[in-house]
Amino acid sequence: MTATARKAETEAIAVSPDRTGTVVHLARRATPKIDLKRAGADILRNVLPPLVVTLVVLAIWQIACSQPGATLPSPSQVWSDSYDLIAYPFFEYGSQDIGLAWRVLTSLERVAIGFGLAAIVGVFLGAVVGQSIWAMRGLDPIFQILRTVPPLAWLPLSLAAFQDSNPSAIFVIFITSIWPVIINTAVGVRNIPDDYRNIARVLRLNPLEFFVRIMVPAAAPYIFTGLRIGVGLSWLAIVAAEMLTGGVGIGFFIWDAWNSSRLSDIIVALAYIGVTGFVLDKLVALLGSVVTRGTTKN
Amino acid sequence: MSSYLRIDHIDKSFERGGVHTEVLKDITLTIDKGEFVSIIGHSGCGKSTLLNLIAGLTRVSAGAVLLENLEVNAPGPDRAVVFQNHSLLPWLTVYENVNLAVSKVFSGRKTKAEKHDWVMHNLDLVQMAHAKDKRPAEISGGMKQRVGIARALSMEPKVLLLDEPFGALDALTRAHLQDAVMEIHGRLGNTMIMITHDVDEAVLLSDRIVMMTNGPAARIGEILEVPIARPRNRIELASDRTYLKCREAVLKFLYERHRFVEAAE
Repeated sequence: MTATARKAETEAIAVSPDRTGTVVHLARRATPKIDLKRAGADILRNVLPPLVVTLVVLAIWQIACSQPGATLPSPSQVWSDSYDLIAYPFFEYGSQDIGLAWRVLTSLERVAIGFGLAAIVGVFLGAVVGQSIWAMRGLDPIFQILRTVPPLAWLPLSLAAFQDSNPSAIFVIFITSIWPVIINTAVGVRNIPDDYRNIARVLRLNPLEFFVRIMVPAAAPYIFTGLRIGVGLSWLAIVAAEMLTGGVGIGFFIWDAWNSSRLSDIIVALAYIGVTGFVLDKLVALLGSVVTRGTTKN
Repeated sequence: MSSYLRIDHIDKSFERGGVHTEVLKDITLTIDKGEFVSIIGHSGCGKSTLLNLIAGLTRVSAGAVLLENLEVNAPGPDRAVVFQNHSLLPWLTVYENVNLAVSKVFSGRKTKAEKHDWVMHNLDLVQMAHAKDKRPAEISGGMKQRVGIARALSMEPKVLLLDEPFGALDALTRAHLQDAVMEIHGRLGNTMIMITHDVDEAVLLSDRIVMMTNGPAARIGEILEVPIARPRNRIELASDRTYLKCREAVLKFLYERHRFVEAAE
């Protein structure tokens, strides 16, 4: 604001005496300088505070865990103990001795399958529930009860059904992340303005055309809210499920590290999980804002 | 018997929570091809309900709507609607909004190139071809309504239904759009039915003005012929005797004989 205001001011002052070309010159020179400064200030505003807080927390942690008899490792100890895990995320020494990035990728693959299925099935079921009053009356109470079941409570049943750990873990992700997708889609579909429905009726769109052309775009902001909650839940569920099912994922790595008392490794793994979850959330949010561009504002 | 659109002894009542409300009672109206008919009345008199009945968006309780002697009781592109709040789909561009209608209505009847030409032709009619790649959020209210009209026209409707099309616009934009509609009506000769609560608008645009009594159980109170030659010019009409007489007749009906009583709601 100030930059443009200042620019306008200089222009106005310069223009008033006589209209010569020098005016443009002045204004052009002034603008990028100020913009650069502002960009720098923006970075400072957004990056500096979290950096300072992180350093303070690390310092407190370092002091607290340096006392004799401390049960948890201090940051410097984590650094020295688990240096290979931190510095080389992609090493591969054997089937169970691989970098954390590989483990995260294995977990992400399960999430991709489970969450992908949940997104597709969830949007369809949500559309049905939002569209039909009888489907809503019949299904909504069941959904409301099932969605409160904790992810891991599904695991024994799915192990019994699938007889294998990998599909069981995927099923747990599916069943955890589908509820917010269904419920948000249903709300979005119920909130489609009558005008849009009337247009569809005047044009005699068939149910499939209505679903693709009107329902999904109109409910997209709600759908993406559901997807964003769902992807967060599925990342929560996969870590817990892998602790029990074993295999290669990041969840099992933590359990394995605990069993062999490698506490520093656990802390590094937690950082990996946190960052990955954060990135997943931002990815879905970004996808949502690209897809729903223009939908929310009217 | 051979009228183009016939509204035959229509009743409409709603049942809500055991309460029976009669909205429209015994409405009969015949409209000729190419005619421009306005329906005017106080708010809440059921004029929008009447339009929805003709559009087929609401089912009649008794009676029938006949278009070219065939009963219509479901919505369809032969009775395209221009909605009051434009109702463009915000995620589609201006072009795509019209194209949605064109590609559905003319699927299998026009080639891809013909469809494109038809979309552009209709955008040209309302002078919106320049904004074809804009989204509804990026254009003004008057422009949105122009696109809404283009979309309705593009369906090649037998009857064009306009539901208070200019109600949400400022006076100047409204005048521009009224001229645009008059021009289109003169050029294409569409049959048009318009809901309005604006006396000047009704007299300026219509061949006949249908005046509704107050609800509940509203009926047609009076039908006024507007014997003014077309093309009409709003500035010349401002002092035209016939125009002023028609205007006075509508005003008298609305404010003397059927004054809007708030308690009747």
